[in-house]
Amino acid sequence: MKHTISVLVENHSGVLSRISGLFSRRGFNIESLAVGPTHDPSISRITIVADGDEHTVEQIEKQLNKLIEVIKVKTFAKDEFLARELMIVKLTVAPEKRSEVMTIAEIINAKVMDVTLSTMTLEICDTYAQLCRFEEVIAPYGIIEMVRTGTVAIEKGSDTLSPKKN
Amino acid sequence: MKMTVSKAMVECLKAEGISTVYGYPGAAICPFYDELKNSEKDIQHVLVRHEANAGHAANGFARISGRPAVCIATSGPGATNLITAIATAYADSIPIVCITGQVNTDQIGSDVFQEADITGAAEPFVKHSYLLKNADDVARVFKEAFYIAGTGRPGPVLIDVPMDVQKMTVDFVYPKKCDIRSYKPTGKGNAFQVKKVVKALTEAEKPLICVGGGVFAAHAQEEINKLSKLMQIPVVTTMMGISAFSDDDPLFCGMIGSFGVKGANAAVNECDLLFLVGARVGDRAVSTPMTLAKTTKILHIDIDPAEIGKNIGTDIPLVGDAKLVLQQMLELVKPMKHDAWIDQLKQLRTQYTPVKTQSGTVDPKDFVQRLSAAMPANSTIVADVGQNQIWTCNNYKFKKGGRLLTTGGMGTMGYSLPAAVGAKMADPKRPTVAICGDGAFQMSMMELATAVQHGVDIKIVIMTNQRLGMVRELQTIGYGDRQTAVFLDGSPDFIKLAKAYGIDAMRVDGKGDVDKAIDMIVTHKGICLVEVVVDDMFPTR
Repeated sequence: MKHTISVLVENHSGVLSRISGLFSRRGFNIESLAVGPTHDPSISRITIVADGDEHTVEQIEKQLNKLIEVIKVKTFAKDEFLARELMIVKLTVAPEKRSEVMTIAEIINAKVMDVTLSTMTLEICDTYAQLCRFEEVIAPYGIIEMVRTGTVAIEKGSDTLSPKKN
Repeated sequence: MKMTVSKAMVECLKAEGISTVYGYPGAAICPFYDELKNSEKDIQHVLVRHEANAGHAANGFARISGRPAVCIATSGPGATNLITAIATAYADSIPIVCITGQVNTDQIGSDVFQEADITGAAEPFVKHSYLLKNADDVARVFKEAFYIAGTGRPGPVLIDVPMDVQKMTVDFVYPKKCDIRSYKPTGKGNAFQVKKVVKALTEAEKPLICVGGGVFAAHAQEEINKLSKLMQIPVVTTMMGISAFSDDDPLFCGMIGSFGVKGANAAVNECDLLFLVGARVGDRAVSTPMTLAKTTKILHIDIDPAEIGKNIGTDIPLVGDAKLVLQQMLELVKPMKHDAWIDQLKQLRTQYTPVKTQSGTVDPKDFVQRLSAAMPANSTIVADVGQNQIWTCNNYKFKKGGRLLTTGGMGTMGYSLPAAVGAKMADPKRPTVAICGDGAFQMSMMELATAVQHGVDIKIVIMTNQRLGMVRELQTIGYGDRQTAVFLDGSPDFIKLAKAYGIDAMRVDGKGDVDKAIDMIVTHKGICLVEVVVDDMFPTR
C-alpha cells in the first residue's frame, strides 16, 4: 500500500543523503521523493511516497525520527491531504494532429508549453493518478521525453505540520 | 577568547572532562595533534597501532566510565580504518566521539591524497556526523556531538574537520548547554503506560524479566535488581545484559539465545509474560520472536521507540530511560511471591561438569569457571568473538560489581584486546582480563605494544585451538564437516611473542597448570598473557 509521508528537516547539506540512505539500507521502497525549502529558510520539507504495509510505514516513521536533523514526520491518512505532482512531456506531433492533442490537453487541464514543427511539449500539474491517466491518453501520439517531480502534499483543513518534534 | 580551531577542539575536550584519547596521527589531523601536545598534562594521548583499535579502546573506556570517550584518526585510510569500530559502537549503542582530519576544504571532492568521504562512508553506522566546514561552528558542534553521543540511545558521533579549518582562528566560548530542536530524548515513561506495565506484571503468574544492554546504558543495574527482588521475578539476560545480575542471585537464569543456556531459554518459552528492559530482541537472542509473541504477553521498555515493535510484537510498549522508568515502577509495585514458578526454573538450571579432554588440552569452560572463582568481584572481563565469547559468557560467574564487555551486535573479532586497554584506563582499580581466541587475537595483537607503551595492566587469555573454532563448528554441523579456511597454521608461538614485547606469559596445556595460570592472572603485577590450549573439536555449547 502507498503512503504519503511529509518530513520537516533542518536545511543542512547532506540531509537528503541521510534520508535516502536510510530508505535503501532498511529496504524501504521509495516511489517518489520531492524536496524544497519552506517559508522558514532554516527548514526544508520532503514529501516521500513509499510502498509498504502498516508495520513498514511505522518503522519508516520511527527510523526517520531517529535522524538528528529530522524535525517532524507525518504520514497522511488516506484522503486527508491534498497532493500534486508536475509532469512535463514532449511528444512527436505532426502539424495536422496538433489540434487533437490540444483538445485532450484542454479536457484534462494540461497546458502547451512549447511547440515545434514536429513536437509539442505539455505540462500538467495534478494528482499522481490524473498524471497517469493523461500519460495513457497521450501515449499513442508518441512520447519522446518525460519528466515528473514526484508528489508534494499538504494536509486538508487548517492543521499544519509545525516544527515540533513528535 | 581568540584561538585556533585546533586549540578550540582541545578546549572542547577539556570542557567535556576528557582525560584520555586514543588515536593515530597523519597529515590532515596534524594541526590538532600539535595543539594536543600543549595539553599533555590534561589529556593523555594513547597511540594505538591501528585506527580501528582506537575506536575499540574508546568503546571499552566509555563502557566502564559511563561517559562518551574519544578516538582520533587522520583523513582517508585512517578514517576508513575507524569504520568497523564505529559500526561496532553503533550496534551496541556505545557513546564514542570520533574526530577525523579531512583534506583542505577547497580540495574536498577532487580525490586528492588521503581523501575519503568519511561522513558519507560512515553514515549508516553513526548516530550523527558533522563535516566541520565553518570554523565558527566548532564549539557548538563539539557540544552537540558529546550531547548526542551520550544521551537518549547512546551511539557514535563523528566530527570530520578539514585541515585548513583546524588552522583558522575563532572566538571561542564553550556553550553551557545545547538545545537541538529536532533532538529531544525521552526521559521518564508515560505514567499511564507505567501503570499498565505494573498491572500486567502483578497479574502474571509466570513473569520473566529479560535484561539487555540498555540497562547498562541507563545505569539501571540497581533498579532492575531491586524490582526483580521485590516482585520475585526471575531474570534472563541477552549477551549485552550479562553481569547486570550477580550469578549467584537465586532469580538469575542466565543468557538466552542460540548460544544461551538451557535454563534461560526454557524460562523464555515457559513464561506467560516477558518484560524486556533495554533489549532489542536481536535474532541471536530470540530466533522466532513472532511465535513467542503469540503465546506470551510482551512488555517492552526502550529509550528508542524504533526498537519497540521492530523485532517482536509488543502488548504494552513503554518508551523511556530504563533507570527513570524503573524508578517510576518501584514507586508503584508491591512485594510479591512466585515460588512455584521460581522452583520450576530452578529444576531447569544445570551445573557444568568438566569433561576429560584430549591430553595436552584444557577444558575452556572449566578454565573460565575457575578463573571467575579466583577473580575479585569488581573485575572487568572483555570477551572477544567466537567460541571464546560463548565459553566466557556462559561460564564466567559474575559477582556484584563485575562487568562483561563484548561486542554483542556486530561480533567484531579483535575487539577484546583494545577494548580491555580502554576499559582498564577508565578505571585502573578494576582488574581487567581480555579473553580471546587465537583467531581474534591475531586481528589485534599489535595492540600489545600499546598496552606496554602506556603501562596498561591488562591480563590476556588466549584460547588456542589453531582453528577459527566457531566457523569450524558451523562447517562440522552444517557443511558435512568440510573444514575450509579455518586453519590457523603459521601462527606464532604466543609465549615467545609476548616475551618479545617484554610481557610475562605462560602456556597451559594440561590440567596441572590451570591453578598456576589463574594465580598469575590474579596476582601478577603488570600485563601478562596466558595461552590456554583447547581441543579443536571442543563444542561451543
